[in-house]
Amino acid sequence: MMQLIKKIGLLATGIACTLASCKKDDVKPAADSGQKATLSIQFDNIAGAKNLQLNTGTYTNAVGETFSVGLLKYYVSNIRVTNAAGQTYTVPQEESYFLVSEADGASQFVKVQVPEGEYTGLSFVLGVDSLRSTMDISKRTGVLDPSSGMDDGMYWGWNSGYIFFKMEGTAAAAPVDPSGQRKFRYHIGGFGGYAAATINNIKTIHIDLNAGGIPKVRQGRAANVHLMVDILKMFNGGTNVSIKNNPTVMFSDFSVNVANNYASMFSHDHTEN
Amino acid sequence: MGKRHWIAIVGMIITLYACSKGGELVAAFVGFRQPANFPAPVYKLDANQITQAGFELGRKLFYEPRLSRNNTISCGDCHIQTSAFTHHGHDVSHGIDDRLGSRNAPPMMNLAWQPSYMLDGGVFDLDLQPIAPITNPVEMDEKLDNVLNKLRAHPQYPALFKKAFGTEEITTARMMKAMSQFMVMLVSADAKYDQVVRGEGATFTADEKAGYAIYQQKCSACHTEPMFSDYSFRNNGIGIGPNNDEGRYPITLNPADKYKFKVPSLRNLQYTAPYMHDGRFYTLDGVLDHYASEVQDMPTLDPLLKKNGKRGIDLTATDKRLLLAFLNTLNDKKFITDKRFSEQAQ
Repeated sequence: MMQLIKKIGLLATGIACTLASCKKDDVKPAADSGQKATLSIQFDNIAGAKNLQLNTGTYTNAVGETFSVGLLKYYVSNIRVTNAAGQTYTVPQEESYFLVSEADGASQFVKVQVPEGEYTGLSFVLGVDSLRSTMDISKRTGVLDPSSGMDDGMYWGWNSGYIFFKMEGTAAAAPVDPSGQRKFRYHIGGFGGYAAATINNIKTIHIDLNAGGIPKVRQGRAANVHLMVDILKMFNGGTNVSIKNNPTVMFSDFSVNVANNYASMFSHDHTEN
Repeated sequence: MGKRHWIAIVGMIITLYACSKGGELVAAFVGFRQPANFPAPVYKLDANQITQAGFELGRKLFYEPRLSRNNTISCGDCHIQTSAFTHHGHDVSHGIDDRLGSRNAPPMMNLAWQPSYMLDGGVFDLDLQPIAPITNPVEMDEKLDNVLNKLRAHPQYPALFKKAFGTEEITTARMMKAMSQFMVMLVSADAKYDQVVRGEGATFTADEKAGYAIYQQKCSACHTEPMFSDYSFRNNGIGIGPNNDEGRYPITLNPADKYKFKVPSLRNLQYTAPYMHDGRFYTLDGVLDHYASEVQDMPTLDPLLKKNGKRGIDLTATDKRLLLAFLNTLNDKKFITDKRFSEQAQ
């Protein structure tokens, strides 16, 4: 009887191995020849000529309104680097979602693994791409998990989708809201819609790294691309946004203007190698 | 090949069979079944195989008040089985701290066939649906991570998640998948109408048959068989309500969608009063009167309600009586009394 059990066990093991080897078919092809190393991308939030300071700092937008910022969060995803020869490397998508929060210093350093090399270009999506926005809930892990990193609500449950960019604060120009505060709230999202076409505020940002310094990615170091993210650009741009006239912008047509503005927030200041 | 080998192979086949059909051997749990007169479901069952343990966990979560901020409101509070999983007697939903919502809680049935959820279609995947009521300040007013932490600290849930998913880990995806397993099982397909259509011996009375003919002529364009909804979004001319609910418009921002709401199913109407997105009609007579003579003109009024320059649906008193007779054949008593779906079942 023991022998019989052993035989069944062997056969079962054989089948299990066969099944397991079937699964290996979806192993990703090698993306490059070289070793990978860490590239750090720093999102340093500023307001014009000033460093951004939550709650205490005061800033003035193009229409002359003075305001303070209490909360700033945004998604960065789908990171890609390009070398001088024009070859690109795209970070595997599932390792490429980050939530940058001004209140959390560590979150402002986005670290990805890319092949060793020197990169002259960087691109990323500000927000969450439409593919991921419509994926099965089991594919929404990490910062995309509607239960994590979302204590300030980076997800709309009523209109399924992520909030790409969220900035809140106070301004004397803002009308008094039902809670008695003079708050402004900009919650921008919109991936283009699932069954019906809707606003698409996904922005792909391209940054030329030549002038500010080319990151040399190699083992044992973490080259750091230091980006400045100027939140004044959210107000000042193609449409100068007035807090008085638009204290609350969420899922509305006007959000397109805000998104067009914030797409130009990012500039490369320097690189630390 | 010796005798032993044959025994081994037969033994293995039995073992494999027992693994795949484990549910049937352990207990008489019958998973999801597509009724013979229904089309294939929309919900991706392949990505969430229904098991007895998953279904039972989903049911427990559905009736779990810990999903709300102060542990007082469960999904089942606003979706009562005896009312076909709507909130009987409430025009708009009644949530935490006696807060009121702005819409009538929709009945929950045949969700596996719906291409979208909510009266405005804002949720496109059943697995994402519970997030909306859990986080809505006038419904359960809770945060998902709090809910998960409460479940993790609970004496039973870690074991129940292990039973359903293999380990005790409690994640958003597992919670939502379990809830979907319960929700897709809420199949209502055993009304008299279904029995007639499937040729199971039941027959329509003369009035029901005449009412069926009127329905087919005047109602079926929107309330399509066999789900009795085409799940489209339409403005049925009930006019702008006191809270100016613009329906699907805030979801698509398309002006053509203003004041459009999802066409509700006609199934189980006996149990789901009041009617319309804001629960303004308490009786079906009121609903039929609306379509016959009270349809208001609006820019987005459905064209089917404005044919030949005349608003509404031409319905005589006799038509209404016969229609009601037919609509009564869509009530599924078995569904609202099915013990598998009840809070007491656990």
